[in-house]
Amino acid sequence: MVNWTAEEKQLITGLWGKVNVAECGGEALARLLIVYPWTQRFFSNFGNLSSPTAIIGNPKVQAHGKKVLTSFGEAIKNLDSIKKCFAQLSKLHCDKLHVDPENFRLLGDILIIVLAANYGKEFTPACQAAWQKMVRVVAHALAHEYH
Amino acid sequence: MLTAEDKKLIQQIWGKLGGAEEDIGAEALWRMFHSYPPTKTYFPHFDLSQGSDQIRGHGKKVVAALGTAIKNMDNLSQALSELSNLHAYNLRVDPPHFSLQFLSQCLQVVLATRLGKEYTPEVHSAVDKFMSAVAAVLAEKYR
Repeated sequence: MVNWTAEEKQLITGLWGKVNVAECGGEALARLLIVYPWTQRFFSNFGNLSSPTAIIGNPKVQAHGKKVLTSFGEAIKNLDSIKKCFAQLSKLHCDKLHVDPENFRLLGDILIIVLAANYGKEFTPACQAAWQKMVRVVAHALAHEYH
Repeated sequence: MLTAEDKKLIQQIWGKLGGAEEDIGAEALWRMFHSYPPTKTYFPHFDLSQGSDQIRGHGKKVVAALGTAIKNMDNLSQALSELSNLHAYNLRVDPPHFSLQFLSQCLQVVLATRLGKEYTPEVHSAVDKFMSAVAAVLAEKYR
């Protein structure tokens, strides 16, 4: 069980309320594929990933980014039972998708940077700390069912 | 690793910081201590309260070193040789804490909060690669 302080919950849910999930998700996934190009290995059927421009403009990347971040939103609604919330997804990432959990950490850190770029000063050190904890917990939950 | 384009982007971004280096360094450290409490274990001798002179002073040092690295991107190993020795033999910060993104992540968050849209994916990528390269050099002499 993760211990969230009231302040952490407020910082997480408060910011989340302002996030445009489609845009933010698309941007985060695009950046993952650009900054850590080896992650493209999981998306060979996405079409053109040949340049940052191609990646950002790729509709499959945008759609998938939205899907991923929507799922993240579920964790935020269930802060006190994230492992349970992601049990199925964890099995999927292990058994079907074969994704090294290290990638969850990479995406989490990228999401933080996207939030920082979008919210500027509002993304205070306390806010960042709460969100770094959030992405760490999500990554951990997604890796939990690996065997 | 670092392409010519990466180097150009890094120099450009550094140029935009316009004298805010000390603030940026201090903020990056403060964020790092806040988000990654274990990093504080390397500073038991510091006053780690917000805005402390020691954090400011150290932030300034760190950013100055990065500035040196940026002026010598074609020869990081030599440019950071002294710092490399210091980290390997004196400070002995756990190497994964370098290649891991703690300071890099926090520095990038500071840059992103200040630059907003200008912290494009291309810039993000270049800075991330640069910080990896610096970390690798600093860890070179560990064993």
